Order: sequence, then structure tokens, then C-alpha cells
Amino acid sequence: MTLKLRDLTLLDDGFESGHGLCAGCSESVIVRQVLLALANEPVVALATGCLEVSSTRFPDTAWKVPLIHSAFENAATSASGIEAAYKALVRKGRMAERPMTFVVFGGDGATYDIGFQWLSGALERGHKFMYICLNNEGYMNTGIQRSGATMLGAWTTTTPAGDLVPGKPQWRKDMTGIVASHGVPYVAQAAVHHWKDLMTKVRTAEKAEGPAFLNVFAPCDRGWRYEPEDTMAISRLAVETALWPLYEVDDGKYKLNGPRHKTRPIIDYLESQGRFRHLLKDKEPGVIEEIQANVDREWNRLRERCGLEPEVTPETTEAAVSAD
Amino acid sequence: MTQPGTESWSEVPQGGTVLLPGSTERNLTGSWRTKLPIIDFDKCTHCMICWVMCPDSCFKTAEGTLQSVDLDHCKGCGICASECPVKCIEMVPEERD
Repeated sequence: MTLKLRDLTLLDDGFESGHGLCAGCSESVIVRQVLLALANEPVVALATGCLEVSSTRFPDTAWKVPLIHSAFENAATSASGIEAAYKALVRKGRMAERPMTFVVFGGDGATYDIGFQWLSGALERGHKFMYICLNNEGYMNTGIQRSGATMLGAWTTTTPAGDLVPGKPQWRKDMTGIVASHGVPYVAQAAVHHWKDLMTKVRTAEKAEGPAFLNVFAPCDRGWRYEPEDTMAISRLAVETALWPLYEVDDGKYKLNGPRHKTRPIIDYLESQGRFRHLLKDKEPGVIEEIQANVDREWNRLRERCGLEPEVTPETTEAAVSAD
Repeated sequence: MTQPGTESWSEVPQGGTVLLPGSTERNLTGSWRTKLPIIDFDKCTHCMICWVMCPDSCFKTAEGTLQSVDLDHCKGCGICASECPVKCIEMVPEERD
């Protein structure tokens, strides 16, 4: 089926309203888009995180698809087990073969930090499953603590901004790159505002002969300190500033799916959120430049892998606006 | 089904199993709302951007056209109003008695 919204509205999205996610949360939007895009019957494994605690509050569940949650770190392992069990049952003739997709939803805490080696193991064993990382750059469920995905200079409750520390002192992991280094068939980066790109990637991932990994940018209005209605705008800004480029690695081949050029400096993104407010008061000169340097380095490395020339950043906000 | 939380011990499913898929529907999260979305159907092009962007699956559709907003579950985040390409959704302050 083609990806047309009007056709998709005729489907049941498998995720019911009434869940406890904050107003303006991007995670349920991603979940609905993923479940709608799947052609096969899904079996979902959940890691602990915002999505899990908000969608499965006893005695209720928001899910209308088979679901398992066991612990924080081992969602990828649970999915491996389900896939292996399915294959075994089919082999022994105790279950008819049918098209199924094993999907994992984990936050960035469950992917970058706590579930990292479990995910790595599942990727190495080559189970046919799809891992969706809902990347909201922190442990939002437990009260906005830093994670390996939190970016430099961001305020969190464990990296408070003050006289001595300008928010988080370190840059972030390139998790998409790390997963791509495992040599799995399909790895991609997507963002919540670009539904068509995300759904196309889910469909490609579903057809991959082996593990597939999608790192999806999921802005968090509560933890990033912005108004709930700006969720999609923030996601769009992250793509435009090349902080979160949309790309895929299909059988080792890099390809940019989003904008090919960086149209805004990172300051536009930093200004949009309260968690970077302290950087803009000019107390911490150098941090913004360091963030921009990191973004440029990663962007140019990605462009090189895609076979494109390096690019310089637009100088100021004014220049970016007048270029529009 | 008995109202959740009012079952006796013998009525609760063994092992805490949840027997009804999508049962969160009975949580009326519309009570969280401070802003109310009002759709101008004269301007609406039924592009369904609001439908795909809504975190709470509140836009009700029929045969590819937008019908209504599920105010029992709408948390009033306003993503629909800011993302609508023709700006036909307006957020107004919620008034309750």
C-alpha cells in the first residue's frame, strides 16, 4: 500500500488513547506511525521508560498488539527470544508460518546506556527484528537525568547548570554509527515530524533480512523545557541545523534522506528550549561554539560517507532567516 | 466489566493479567486539558496531518475525511493547531464549571 494519510486513516493503529504520556509527547506519535506502517503482524517488546510506564499502567494497557516487557535493559534480548521461539515452533510444526515483525521500542536510556550490550549482542546474533530507539535525550521518566544521548550543554537534574558546570560537559554518542558498525542490514535515523520518511524507513526495515535499527528523534516538552505545541517544530529545527540528519545505511551504503544542506546555525535550536537557557546568557562563552563544532564535524563526516562535499555553517541567525 | 479498582480479590485476573487490549480508553485524559482545539471545517482540506501528528489519537475520521475531535481524550497540547498547513485549528482557553 502506498503511504497516503487518507488511506492510512482507514487502518487501526494498534495504540489506544487514554495513555499517561504528557500532553505534546512525541513517543506515542512515533509508535502510531510505526504500527501503521507495518505490513506484517507485530509483536512488540518494550524496554522500561516513559512509553512503558505510561502505556501499561495496571490494570490498563494502551496496546492492541501482543506485547512483552521484562526489564529495562533486555528488550532486544526479549525480541531475540520471541523470534527464536517463533522459528522453533514453525520448524516443529506447532505453529503455522505467518508474516510477523518483531519490534522493540526502547528509549535512549535503554539503547545508548543500559541496554547497550544486550542490543549489541542481539545485532551480532543476527535475529530478524526491528529496534526503534525513541531518542528524547535523557531519562525523562525518572525525572530528566542525563544519558549517553544528552547533548553538550544541556541542563538535566544530574547535570545542573550553575557557576561551575555549564550543563552536561560531554558531547553524545553516535549510536546510529555504532549500530551501523555492527554491519547489520538496515540502520536509519528518522525524526517524528517527518512521518513519511519515518514510515518509509519502517517499511524498508521490515523487509531487511536481519536486524534493523531506527534511531528516532523524539522531543520531550517536559524535559527540554518548551511549550507542548512546539514538539514538531523542535524536531524540524534539529534536522535543519544538522544536529539530527535524516539518513539511512542500507547494506553499508550511506544515503541522506533529509535536507542535503544545513540551513541554520545551532543557536536557533538552542534558543528554542529552556534547557539551554543558561548558555544564551553569555555566562559560558565557548560552549555554543563547541556544540557547533561537534555538529559540523559529525555532519561533514556523514556527508563524506554519503559521497558529498563538506559544508560550512551559515554564519548567523539573520543570515539563515534572510536565506529563507 | 466492573469499574477498575473496585473489583474484589477474586475478580482480579490471576497474575495481574490485563484482559482487555486498549483498555486505557476508559481513562478520560481530556480532564488534563487547559486549551481546547476548535476546527474550522470550512477551511479544513482533510489532509490528515493533525490525525498523524496527534499524540492521543483524538482525530476521528470516516472514509478519509476528518469528522471530529475526541474531547474525552484530547490533552490540549496544541500540536494539531501549530502543524495544520491551512491553520484551520484554533486553541481556545478551556472553560469548565
